[in-house]
Amino acid sequence: MDSGRVVDDGRWTVDEVRLADRLAAPAIPSSPAPRPSSIPAYASRRARRVRLVLTALAGLAGAGVVAGVAVGAVEIPPSALAASLAGRLGVDAPWAITDQQEAVLWAIRLPRVALGLVVGAGLAVSGALMQGLFRNPLADPGLVGVSAGAALGAALAIVAGATVGGADVLGPALVAASAFAGGLTTTLLVYRLATRDGRTSVPTMLLAGIAVNALCGAGVGALVLFADDGQLRDLTFWTLGSLGGATWGALAVAVPLVGAVIVAAPRLAGALNALLLGESEARHLGVRVERVKRIVVALAAVAVGATTAVAGLVGFIGLVAPHLVRLVLGPDHRALLPASALAGAALVAGADLAARVLLAPAEIPIGIVTAATGAPVFLWLLLHRQGEG
Amino acid sequence: MIRLLPALLVAALLTGCGGGASDAPQATADTTASSGRPGRPAPPAVDTTRTYDTTRIVTLGGPVTELAYAFGLGDNVVGTDQSSTFPEAILAKPRLGYWRATSAEGILSLEPTLVLAMEGLGPPPVQGQLEAAGVPVVVLPDAQTLDGAETRIALAARVLGRPDSGAALTQRIRTGLSRAEASHPADAPRVLFVYARGAGMVSVFGTGTAAETTLGLAGAQNAVTSFPGLRPLTAEAVAEAAPDAIVIPEKSFQSLGGIDGLLRQPGLAQTPAGRARRVIAVDDALVLGLGPRLAEGVAALQAGLR
Repeated sequence: MDSGRVVDDGRWTVDEVRLADRLAAPAIPSSPAPRPSSIPAYASRRARRVRLVLTALAGLAGAGVVAGVAVGAVEIPPSALAASLAGRLGVDAPWAITDQQEAVLWAIRLPRVALGLVVGAGLAVSGALMQGLFRNPLADPGLVGVSAGAALGAALAIVAGATVGGADVLGPALVAASAFAGGLTTTLLVYRLATRDGRTSVPTMLLAGIAVNALCGAGVGALVLFADDGQLRDLTFWTLGSLGGATWGALAVAVPLVGAVIVAAPRLAGALNALLLGESEARHLGVRVERVKRIVVALAAVAVGATTAVAGLVGFIGLVAPHLVRLVLGPDHRALLPASALAGAALVAGADLAARVLLAPAEIPIGIVTAATGAPVFLWLLLHRQGEG
Repeated sequence: MIRLLPALLVAALLTGCGGGASDAPQATADTTASSGRPGRPAPPAVDTTRTYDTTRIVTLGGPVTELAYAFGLGDNVVGTDQSSTFPEAILAKPRLGYWRATSAEGILSLEPTLVLAMEGLGPPPVQGQLEAAGVPVVVLPDAQTLDGAETRIALAARVLGRPDSGAALTQRIRTGLSRAEASHPADAPRVLFVYARGAGMVSVFGTGTAAETTLGLAGAQNAVTSFPGLRPLTAEAVAEAAPDAIVIPEKSFQSLGGIDGLLRQPGLAQTPAGRARRVIAVDDALVLGLGPRLAEGVAALQAGLR
């Protein structure tokens, strides 16, 4: 079934050879090695570099966590932090912490910082997966409609949910569930539209995604017409994203979903590397291409759906984080996927810190921070790329 | 599997949020009916049996802020939200963002002894987070009718420890309203109540709204009878309403660029009100909030309609 119409003549273009060389990947069978003698040295140099970058990114994310826990509108000195930790560990500590500081730490800041890591990692990994699937570094998880579908789901819950009985009790859970369901539904729709006779056309998926995005936009617009002032505000704030709704409950839902995606994603690294060469090439290399497409779309939908459900729309992380990593590490997905997760986590941790601190005691929606910093970075990347090419 | 996920999510959120509240270190033993419920709007069950410490109050929502000032507790207000713009003294106090999208930690940094908020306080976990930090949160119910407004005044007065001021305020409002009633026009004019945030976002108030209540108290009738709540303005709805006059809050009026901008909206210029250019712009908080200045709002409206 996979062997139908192979138009490829089997010879590699110069670009492909160069790429395969950069990957130096034992995961790709029969990699044509133009410089066989140098490969082991190159590979070990590369492995060191990957380790270094991963460690640095983990360090950055860690710094983000420490800063996120230590800094905020309510002042909590390091001694109080230490006291709280010691208290939790059952150790007697000479430092003091007030009940209020304790509550701010454990009921507000910690779940929020943790949620930031989850959201950042989930969005960045999804972005990397999508960019791999579309073989385009400008791809974004939103391409297949998951964000727009989630927005429609959320809008439906915010506007229509209020008129349905029981909305009082369900409230935010309803919005989150509806957003998640909306994201999955639209993604499934886009995937179905692009699949014919068991084959998914990636370009069709892109176009179907654009159409479904527009459709969801129209749906949200229609709901806006019927929203009252308060609902309109809620909707606006939702589309700007916020980690302000972080609770241990939200984490309990988001962590397993996003965690599963982060753990599963690197298993696709070899296949995505092969896909970089082209679909038919990947197929020749033994990759079950259709299955990989299905899994990538499903993983991205679950991760983006879950993060969007708990934090609203947080833009640019899925686009910028993998892009930055690729600049440093190149396109090898075995390094790109975990490194993107760490980079995304660090970026969102930093952005949320800015969102909380800049206007304290008020707060900036995090989507504004990520867009305001992400867009210039992205433009710089674009110009940089042009300069290279 | 995928079909099951939303259901799982709901279940997990519900159980999880309940668990989250009890994880919090300082149990909410001393606060009112502590809400593990993530509900929005929060069920307005105000515990009026306990006494609240009102030395440092954070008020969230214009009408609530006005009530605190009306009861002479303005000096105790340590922070407020964006929508509170009256009295002028409030503008100098720390701002906590919009009351539907505020920040628990930001509120806590002002060390309040009481948070007095309007229904719709958000994001939803904020109330639980504040209570977990030992700060009592009182959410006052939304008011769309005169009864609702009086209930809210009475609740606020009891929570703020000024029940007598509350009764006096209600009395004052009733006096003002009966004075207004005495000069009701014999023939209630049909009035279109418009709300706008720029030319692309123009709506009109339908039935069951605070705007309709205010109109009724001023002796006018809402020209819109065919739908409840706030709906986008359409030429047909306007034609059906055929208003004798148009009432619009001051900020909405400015956002449209004054009377000419307003009358450029579809259908408005062709109504009796549009032809006579009978447009009354009134202070937002006076006519939309059903707050302590309700009688003044009604009087202003009546003066404009005369």
